[in-house]
Amino acid sequence: MSPINIILKRELSAYFATPVAYIFIIIFLMLSGVFTFYLGRFFEQSQASLSSFFNFIPWLYLVLVPAVAMRLWSEERRSGTIELLMTLPITTSQIVIGKFLAAWLFVGLALVLTFPLWLTVNYLGSPDNGVILAGYIGAWLMAGGFLAIGSCLSAATKNQIIAFILTLVVCFLMVVSGFPIVQDVFSSWAPLWLVDGFATLSFLTHFEAISRGVIDLRDLIYFLVLIAAWLYATVLVVDMKKAD
Amino acid sequence: MIQISNLTKYFDDFCAVDNISFTIQPGEVLGFLGPNGAGKSTTMKIITGFLAPTSGGVTVLGHNVLKDPIAAQLEIGYLPEGAPAYADMTVSAALKFIAQVRGYSGDELKRRIQSVVEKVELQPVLDRRVENLSKGYCRRLGIAQALIHDPKVLILDEPTDGLDPNQKHQVRQLIRNLSKEKTVIISTHILEEVSAVCTRAMILSLGKIVFDGTPVELAAKSDLHNAVRIRLQSSSEEILAELKALSDVQNLTQDESGMITVYPVDGKAILSAVNSVLHKNNSLVEELHVESGQLDDVFRKVTLNHAQPNTVKQEQSA
Repeated sequence: MSPINIILKRELSAYFATPVAYIFIIIFLMLSGVFTFYLGRFFEQSQASLSSFFNFIPWLYLVLVPAVAMRLWSEERRSGTIELLMTLPITTSQIVIGKFLAAWLFVGLALVLTFPLWLTVNYLGSPDNGVILAGYIGAWLMAGGFLAIGSCLSAATKNQIIAFILTLVVCFLMVVSGFPIVQDVFSSWAPLWLVDGFATLSFLTHFEAISRGVIDLRDLIYFLVLIAAWLYATVLVVDMKKAD
Repeated sequence: MIQISNLTKYFDDFCAVDNISFTIQPGEVLGFLGPNGAGKSTTMKIITGFLAPTSGGVTVLGHNVLKDPIAAQLEIGYLPEGAPAYADMTVSAALKFIAQVRGYSGDELKRRIQSVVEKVELQPVLDRRVENLSKGYCRRLGIAQALIHDPKVLILDEPTDGLDPNQKHQVRQLIRNLSKEKTVIISTHILEEVSAVCTRAMILSLGKIVFDGTPVELAAKSDLHNAVRIRLQSSSEEILAELKALSDVQNLTQDESGMITVYPVDGKAILSAVNSVLHKNNSLVEELHVESGQLDDVFRKVTLNHAQPNTVKQEQSA
């Protein structure tokens, strides 16, 4: 087994060793139900699609994904296990990637468990399942972006609460920078290229593009580059802060 | 073999390790002594590749720790300070994780775990979660994970901290029984541990080496080294004066219980001279023994002398 795999397995089992994983999944499923059916007016819209679910996913993530990411490194630093881990014959990058993949798979699992929504919409009508699949892929990629940011910020502090709040704030900015209302605030005074640049950096722009059913290579690259960049930053932060 | 040359580590402007150099040969068991914040743990963290030094170099079995940490870490077994372990894992899962990272699988993995579990007697708690372990078991788990790959270099930061006297004895026995080709560094606050397990003692103070020698040499630095303690049925001023007048006697004290301590000049052997004085006076001796030297006495002498001129920032832990 490769070192990344071993780390991944340990992390993943750590999620399920405590009630945290189960609580997270239950709340995730409950909230996605509330958002889709109640706030998203799934039935009133009478559309055979999951757009009411995917529209709310960024906001659902905003609260829940930082909660998954906050313990990635803070906990290691607080308990001192980081010293154990980092003196084993594995590289920092392998540990960073292993931990990230575990968190990503975990959120992916929560996402898969929303399949009753998909069953419901298929029972009630005949949706374009390709679009729904694209929506899920987009949602998972976006979760990766949230988690990579959270991983980096979690490495910067021993305190999980601080890690949570920092991640929430940064992710919030990453989401709303693509929001028309926020763009309007800037567009009155900032040059157009800056406003566009901001919008291009937003999770929302790329996620919405994918969840419309068009998997454009540029949107994929955006998420993968974003994840890689924040994970690279995590490696730097871990090496810098591990001994504090 | 571990070679350390001109190692210096600053935390901001605090100097934790101050230009130290030494070499440890296979078969040596080096005991790191020193007050809190002396730089013991910092030095160990640098050797294991956890911390990068500000300047200087470390090689472990010829591998440069700064350039190729993985090669060095493959050879090192390390128990970090406080024996950290994943609280949410069971003891057997924690050992399995370490063994997997060390590259073992299948039967070999089972055999390795079995062997260290027996060595440190972890059988009763294998299925227990780390968070529910007593301090003693936690420490033993830490030692077990350090031994799992039968490393040539073993670095144990306070291996007996928090153990009861029986467990301490057991861990010392374990360290003594390690094969003779291993290079071992342990740090400790317990001075008797150094004479019990170490072949070499090194005292650090404020990041500098203030003593480096065998435990016997360390004890010899004590004022009490070769001092003679006597309790007489009845002691008189004359006998005391006569003992004090002996050429190799530096000083003499008597406490409330009547115990007389005769201090030699430069640790010279004075027992026979003292004995002949007692014999001549026909004194009835209730108790008589030669001191080998009190280590904590030396420890204080060496570290305080060194620390006094500059005692700032001692609260910072290293």
